[in-house]
Formats: sequence, structure tokens, C-alpha cells
Amino acid sequence: MIELVAKPPCEGLLPVTIGTVTLSEPDMAPLTLIAPMKGKEVALAKAMQTAHKLEWPEAGATSGANGAALVWFGRAQALLVGVAASTKLNAHAAVADQSDAWARVVLEGEDAREVLARLTPLDMRDRAFPVGATARSEVFHMQASITRMGADSWQIIGFRSMAATLVHDLTRAMESMAARSQR
Amino acid sequence: MRIDGNGLINRAKPVSFQFDGTTYQGFEGDTLASALLANGVKLVARSFKYHRPRGILTAGSEEPNALVTVGHGGSQDPNVRATTQEIYDGMDARSQNRWPSLAHDVLAVNDLGAPFLGAGFYYKTFMWPKAFWEKLYEPIIRRAAGLGAISGEPITDKYERAYAHCDVLVVGSGPAGLMAALTAGEAGADVIIAEEDSLLGGRLLSEAGEIDGMPARDWANEVAIRLNAMSNVRVMARTSVTGAYDGGTYGALERVGHHCEMRDGLPKECFWRITAKRTVLAAGALERPVAFQNNDRPGIMMASAVRAYVNRWSVAPGKSVAVFGNNDSAHDTAADLLAAGVHVCALIDSRPDATTTLDVPFYAGAQVSGSEGRKELEAISISRASGTDKVQTDCLAMSGGWNPTLHLACHMSGRPDWDESIAAFVPKPGMVPGLIAAGACNGVFSTAACLGEGAGAAVVALEAIGLQADMPKMPVAEDRDYSISPLWAVAGKGRAWLDFQNDVTVKDVKQAAVENFRSVEHMKRYTTQGMATDQGKNYNVQALAVLADATGRGIPETGTTTYRPPFTPVAIAAMAAGAEDKGFAPERFTTSHRLAVKAGAPMIEAGLWYRPSYFPVKGETHWRQSCDREVGYVRNAVGIADVSTLGKIDIKGPDAAAFLDFLYTNMFSSLKVGRVRYGLMLREDGHVMDDGTTARMADDHFVMTTTTAAAGQVMQHMELVSQGMRRGMDVRFTSVTEHWAQFAVAGPKARELLNGLLDAPIDGESWPFMACGDMSIGGVNGRLFRISFSGEHAYEVAVPARYGESLFAELRSRAEALGGGLYGMEALNVLRIEKGFITHAEIDGRATAFDIGMQGMMSKKKDFYGKGAAARPGLLEDDREQLVGLKPTGVVKQLTAGAHLYRDGAEPVRVNDQGYLTSVAFSPTLGTYLGLGFLRGGRARHGETVKMVDHLRGIETTCEVCHPVFLDPNGEKARD
Repeated sequence: MIELVAKPPCEGLLPVTIGTVTLSEPDMAPLTLIAPMKGKEVALAKAMQTAHKLEWPEAGATSGANGAALVWFGRAQALLVGVAASTKLNAHAAVADQSDAWARVVLEGEDAREVLARLTPLDMRDRAFPVGATARSEVFHMQASITRMGADSWQIIGFRSMAATLVHDLTRAMESMAARSQR
Repeated sequence: MRIDGNGLINRAKPVSFQFDGTTYQGFEGDTLASALLANGVKLVARSFKYHRPRGILTAGSEEPNALVTVGHGGSQDPNVRATTQEIYDGMDARSQNRWPSLAHDVLAVNDLGAPFLGAGFYYKTFMWPKAFWEKLYEPIIRRAAGLGAISGEPITDKYERAYAHCDVLVVGSGPAGLMAALTAGEAGADVIIAEEDSLLGGRLLSEAGEIDGMPARDWANEVAIRLNAMSNVRVMARTSVTGAYDGGTYGALERVGHHCEMRDGLPKECFWRITAKRTVLAAGALERPVAFQNNDRPGIMMASAVRAYVNRWSVAPGKSVAVFGNNDSAHDTAADLLAAGVHVCALIDSRPDATTTLDVPFYAGAQVSGSEGRKELEAISISRASGTDKVQTDCLAMSGGWNPTLHLACHMSGRPDWDESIAAFVPKPGMVPGLIAAGACNGVFSTAACLGEGAGAAVVALEAIGLQADMPKMPVAEDRDYSISPLWAVAGKGRAWLDFQNDVTVKDVKQAAVENFRSVEHMKRYTTQGMATDQGKNYNVQALAVLADATGRGIPETGTTTYRPPFTPVAIAAMAAGAEDKGFAPERFTTSHRLAVKAGAPMIEAGLWYRPSYFPVKGETHWRQSCDREVGYVRNAVGIADVSTLGKIDIKGPDAAAFLDFLYTNMFSSLKVGRVRYGLMLREDGHVMDDGTTARMADDHFVMTTTTAAAGQVMQHMELVSQGMRRGMDVRFTSVTEHWAQFAVAGPKARELLNGLLDAPIDGESWPFMACGDMSIGGVNGRLFRISFSGEHAYEVAVPARYGESLFAELRSRAEALGGGLYGMEALNVLRIEKGFITHAEIDGRATAFDIGMQGMMSKKKDFYGKGAAARPGLLEDDREQLVGLKPTGVVKQLTAGAHLYRDGAEPVRVNDQGYLTSVAFSPTLGTYLGLGFLRGGRARHGETVKMVDHLRGIETTCEVCHPVFLDPNGEKARD
């Protein structure tokens, strides 16, 4: 029997450390886009709580439990990260496997926020974008999902096909920040 | 000449630099201007039009004269202001607009021709013959008049763009800016203080006064230290705020790498977009010159600049300095010079009632009316009622008063107020929402008043954003009245400069008025006053005062020209930073990209995607050889192509079928589960938007395929329909384009190949033509669609993208074992043309379903998007251009896309146009060129011979009109 070999989106490109910042690709995890059907928002939230112990997130927010996260992903949708979606959600939502659709990278380190400030117009001050906050915005000239995972740690999700450009743009900003802080 | 004193230079750190090939020494803390003056260099530039010798006029970013070129090759920067350029070891600066040298400039002859070169001379002089303007006159004038030049080599410097956000943005760091930042910072607001200088302090760094009993600059330094220590305050030095835009957004240019040797990766400049809830404009004021005859000689400087060079850089700009002004700052200058031990040969005050206690020759009620010297100032003429005196001097400090730096406040089209008491324009509150002007830029000039306004503005800003704020304890500082008597231009003959950078004189402005360019905007454009890189910061107000006088109006009625961003020049490289090379646009790669490149395939762009054109094999020298071979794979064995770039949209919900019925012209609710149907989508205007296949995976689950080009557009269109037109429908959809790697497996041996791979083999019964469903390969779940874009027995097989490369490699080797192989976009195009399948070459936005022969797909049983518009008169006429096939019949057997069609025998001119070709290909299967195109009434003209003319390529032939499907018209092969 033939055996197909899996290849992560950023294979051969990451990890990269420049200055104080590291860009890496976590192991591929299940990603499922979940969009409640009409009038099923409450039922879905309940099913989500039962199946995955996760709160349905407000716009711009995330919720997390047991290594899984539910990331607000735009109007009336959220991305379930890290755990395969329970089939019990299907009764209340359109559920689509997106595990291979996105390149998911983590940018972390002292200057990580400043690196992102070179690429996204988001206000990322602590007050505006605390740990757990998320947004759909742009990273240079591609659209992406940006989530603050820790004080100096950010998850960036972009199109799989654009992984090379995502890495290129982030790396360029990292180089810039590293050269600046050499002073 | 360097003097003793405690300037803000580090005498322990000498810095060596070059200017025009000569090596000089300065100190850390010097600008190029202060270092040149310290070395006695006064001639630093030639003027724009007359090539007049020019020196340093100011000590700031407003400098019009002292522009130099720094660096070489791809790192060369022209028009760098010597007054803002900090020196560093090894810096190489050169003067501009001179040949062969600064001291001996051939084009200085222009100055002798000045009577003929006044305002608008080229509009009048170079009128005839008309054609000469563009070819001869303009190039010569442009070469003769000029600033610095770029090298023409590709840029080697890195630039950067960035965003910042804050509660309070403070623009400028003089007394007002420092107090504003301190007040806001201590109240806990996020503060950004932007200062174009390398140090905080503004004018305090250059003045001799005291604050709270200590030298003002020490006070500034203490505040700077406090600000730097606050985690909520971001100090941005070397950063000029260049523009005010909507929503509290400001543009700012940070000079990151101009003051040091370029390091690897270090950006030279960064263009910031700063978003602030409130902004305190504390940009200070700029001193304006006085227009008098030959007021542009090297050695004539602004009085405030002379004080700056003496106090901040311990440089005496002259040995024997004269001071001239219409306000008290002239007196300060004389006092500071005396205190520094510099000889003051005259203090001239135009105010008759002025007095002084200084021990200098004092001329009250007098004016400087002229100057002598060529490459440096030698003497000035002082005119009084009693007569004219000539005084020897090598430096004149002049002050015509102060203009508030209100530019940013005017960037959103607000017009400032004229304040008679200070003879200057001041900002009106609210000109830029959220911006509060404070200090000198608001028309208050004493240090104490500036400190107070800065703190007050911060309190107002803080309250507006809901932060508790109290007025801080105010430091003690001088609080003198500003006493000025307006003096714009000294009467007299000869040229008196207003705009130093563009060589515009009082005479030019008066000439404009004489020629009836009375509006200040017309005067500006006619004379070019204020249109140089300095935007006339020093002297715009003077110029309009002269215009007001010449037209017999007041200054308020004359008004100002429009203040526009940027406040200081911004390199295009900074605004476009990161967009070069790979940063130009995102690159989208399929999962097979690496293998395609490895196979030697030339990649072509399809939108942002990269797709292989063809896969050359050894011995092939022309793409057609590869393409023909690949077509043969599909027609005779089996071919493999990556089709992942096509848009894939997952549609779910109880109303999914009804939703599709509305989107597509044809019916989808009748489609059985496990089957695929071709669909056509119209725009609102009834023309075709896109086509593709949609598969029904379950009752409430469809997977739509769009063309590569229209994937985003279709998704947008669906959002519009769902959110706007069919709000009640319970349907959800999302793009899954990126999730699936999808490959076409096409050809008579397609099923044979697949059955070697699939965990559960298929046959004609389980997977008939247009069947779809789940499948698995090596335990990996995927989808299989029996659809064909080649007309052959074909499938598209989809697996999660992580397995794409692996499956592609497997498909390839298995195809090759069966006598087939990979095929690229060229072969794909030939295959679909042979079958008469359309692409966006045909549905180019102007075609209707009727035009492409698909009028039958517009369902009569239901409503669909664009239905009404598609039925409009004129869209269903028999003489419309309709899709046809074309085959060459003439001597020339070539068809070209874009060529036009004419009746055989008709002259090939516009009025006889009958249609055009959209797609052509050489068909190795049929051994002839084939074309698709649109022909007037074409469906009824099959069999007719028409003429094809390609006017651009010069190709002409005749062709036979035929059905657009050239091969297997009944579609038997696909159903095989």
C-alpha cells in the first residue's frame, strides 16, 4: 500500500531566530472552522462547552482549555485549534476541516511586538491587545489571524500557499529590529 | 570658527568627514552645518536657478540653501540638509548643482542673465516653435536648474515602515512639548513624543536662558531623562511628524541610519503611521528672514541660527558679526555673541523707538538695504533717514520675526487666523480633530507661556480621553513680551530674495501681481515661490505679505497657500519600504511547486499563484514540443496536472441548495448527492461572472469550484448575496481552497492509474461521469470528482494539502509508467480549446450567457442573480458577437489571439469589424491551429469563410467558422 508523506506548510523555512525574536512553526494541529447555523448560537455554545470545555468567544477574543483553543475568526465564526472537532457540533454549525489550509507560526521574544508593528496596523499595546486577544488583520500585504498567546508571544495564521511570503516578511522585520537594537 | 564654551558637542570625540573631497574634523554632536562653519567653510551650495553662491541660512529642517548629497551609488541621498545631517566618521558629503566645482561654477553665468530669467520667463521665452519645448528647451532648463540627483543605480539601503499607537502624541520637544509629554506621562497615558532633532529640547538647546534656576538645556535634559525612564512614554528622536490624516493618524519619518555608517540590515529611514487619541502640536516657530537687496549671500543667516551655532555648537559663524532685526530676538543674538566673545560690529533695529544696553554700535530705526561680497559676505549697507552707512562684516544675523509652525494643523484643509499682534498666522482650534496647538506654534513666544500651554494642552487632552489630570507645578522661566514691528521687504532696487531655494525675489512676486496673478495660489505657481523641497517654511508669509502689498490688500484677505504633507521631505523608498523584490506581492505556491521547479518547468503567474507552463524533457528546444507531447499524454495515456489553484468553497446548511439555485443560472437543488454539475454565475448586469462545477457531497453540503482568477470575487459575491439579498437563508460557506491539494488525472488510462492508488478501487458504475465522493489513498481521506476539462475520461483527486507533494510525486511516476506524465498550463489550454471549453479569455466581463451559447442554462423555472438584467433588450439579439470556433484555411495557417475578424473581401478597418479571437492553440491532435472567438451572428455562420487580421503582429489569413467544440462533440470520451 502506498504511504503518503505529510509535509508542514513551513517545512524547510523555520525555525529562525534573529536578535531576540524567534519565529517557529508548531506541530500541525487540527484546525476546524465552526460557524453557527441560523439561531443555533446558544445551542452551539452549549455543545462546545460540553464537548470541548470551551467558551464561544466574543469578537476579538479567544478561549482555551486542555490544550485546545477557540479563536474568533471573523463574523460569526471561530477556529477550533488543537483538537479534532466533536461530531456533536455538526447539528448546530457548519464545520469545515481547515487543518491544511493555514500556515500557523509563532513569533516570540522581547522584540516580537515591535517586529509585528512593522507589519500590521493593529494596536498591540497591552490595554488594547491583552494576552488572549485576537484579530483578523493584515501582515504586511496578506490577511492573517493574529493572536496574543503570551506577554511576548504571538500566533500568526496565514494562507498555507503564502507561507514562504509570510516567513519572508516576518524575517525581514526581524532583521530590521535586530539591527536597530544593536545600537 | 570653533570657540570656547560649553556647547553640546563632545570635544573628546573628534569626527572626521569629507566635504567636496576635503577632509575636515568636527566633534560628536555636530551637524554638517556646524562642523563646516567651525572649519570656516561658508560657501556650501549653488542656488537653483541663478547658481548664486549660497551658505548656511538656518540651523534646522527648514534650511533652503545648504543641501548636499551624501553617500554613493545605491546608497546616495541627494538634497540632504546640512543643518540636520549629523556627522559621522567617514561621511562623504558633496555640494550640488555646480560644475565643474562649487567655487567655479560655469552656470553662474545665469546670474548675469537674471533680467531675462524672472518669474514665468520660460512660459514667455520658449513658446516657438512649439515642438521644441518638450525636446529641447525643457531638458536644457531642467539640466541647468536643479537640485541633487540620485545615482540611477538600484537602491542598496534598507527602508522600513511601521505602525505605532498612543493616547497622546506630542509633536516637538521644546518647552511646550516637554511639559505636555511630562504631564501626560505622569498621568499614566501612553505617550509618544516625536522630535526631529537628535536631542529633546527644541529651542532650549540653543538659547542662553534659564528654567528653574538652571540653564534651560540642562532642564530639558533632566526632563528628557525622566521621560525616558517612564515605561508609558516612547521618545522618538530624529523623527519628523510629516502629515496629519483622518482619524488621528499621523505620518512620521524617523531617520534611523543617516547619522552613522550603514550597518547590515539597519533601515536608513522608517516611515511611521502613528494613531493617537489626542495630539499636542508643540512644533515651535520658525524665524523668517527680511528681504533686502542681495540678502542671500553666504554669511547672511537667521539670527536664531547664529545663536544656535554659538550656544549649542560653540561655533562663531563670523569674526565680526552684524545683527539686524525688527524684534527683540535680534538683541538676544547680539548679547549671546558678546557673551561668547565674538565681535559684534553693528546691531540694527528697524524699530525707531528701540533701545539697547549692549555695548555695540547700535542703529535704531535703520534697515539693512544691501550686501556686498560674492562667495562670502564682505559688507552691508545700513540705511537710515540720515543716509546710508557701509559696514564691513562677514556675518549678518537677521530676524524678521517668527512664524508659528502650524503646518500640521492645516493639513486637513483648515485655514489659519491672522494675528496682528505678532504679525503671523496662528492655528484655529479644531482644524484637525483631536489636535491641540501649544506654545510657539500657537503664537505664544515666552518660555514661561510655552511651558504653561504645553501642560495645559496635555490636561485638556487627558480629560478628553478620560484620564485624571492636574496642572503640574510650573517651572520658573522668562516671560517677556514679544515686541515686533512688521518688516517684510526693505525698499530699494535690485533683487531681494524671498524664496532662497527656488530663487524667487520680491520683484518676481510683484511681477506676478502686475500680470494679474493676484490669488496667492496663482502667484505661487507662477513664480514657483514655496514650491521647492523646503516648501517655503521660512518665507511663505513674507511672500504673501509682499503680494498683499502689491495688490493693495491686507494679509488676512490675501490668505495663505495650502499647507500639505509632508512637512519635511520623505523618501519614496521609505513610503514604499518592503515592497521591493519578494515584498512586491505575496507569492502563492501549490504543494507541487518544489517538484515542478525541480522538473525544470518555467513558472507563470496566475494572479498571485505560480503554475508550471510545461515540463521540458531532454532534447526539447521549444515549448511547443513539450506542449504537444503533454497533450498527447492526456489524449493517449494519462496526464497529471496540479489544479489546486481553482477556488474551492465549502457550502453548508439547510438552505444550501436554494442558495445555489439563486447564485447559478441553472438548477442545483435537483442535483443528486454524489454528483457534480457545471454552473454559470452572472453579475448583477446579467453578464457572465464565473463558471465552474459544484459537487453535492450531502443534502446540505456542496463543494463549489471557481476559476483560479475569480475565486476571491466569487467568495465576495456570495457574501453579498448572503448578507444582502438572501438574508433569510440558513447557509454558511467558507473557502477551503488552501486545505485541499487537487490534481487532475486525465486520459484513457486515468482509471487504471487511480485504481493502483485508491484504497477501494472504482469502476464505471460506482464512478460514472460527473460522480463525486469521498475516497482514501493509503489511509488518507480525500475526495474524488469525475470531471474533465480536457474532454477525456478524467478525474480530479483531492487530499489534504500536507500530502500534496507526496501524492503529486506518486501520480507522476505512475503516469509515466503508463506512458503519460505531467502536463502544464500550455497543454491544459490546448486541451480545453480542442474541446471548446471557455475560460476568462472568453468570459472577459463583456460576454452574456447568450453570447457563449449557454442561453439554455438560464433557467426559466426560478429566479437567479442577474436574470432580469440578462433579459434586457439588446442582450439576446441574433447579431451579437457569438462564440464560434475558427480554423485557418488560407496560405498562412496561423491564428493569433486578439486578431480581428472581417467578412472575406471586406477592408479590414474598424467599421467593418465582425469580431475577434480570444484563444488560439496549435492542436497536435487535429494537426491544425484552432481558435475560439466571437463573431457577429456567429452561430448561424458555421461553414462561412472569414478574414482574420492581426494588425499588431501583421498577420492575415482566412478561416472557416465552425462549432466551438472541435473534438468529440458528443462528449463520448469523458463518459467512456
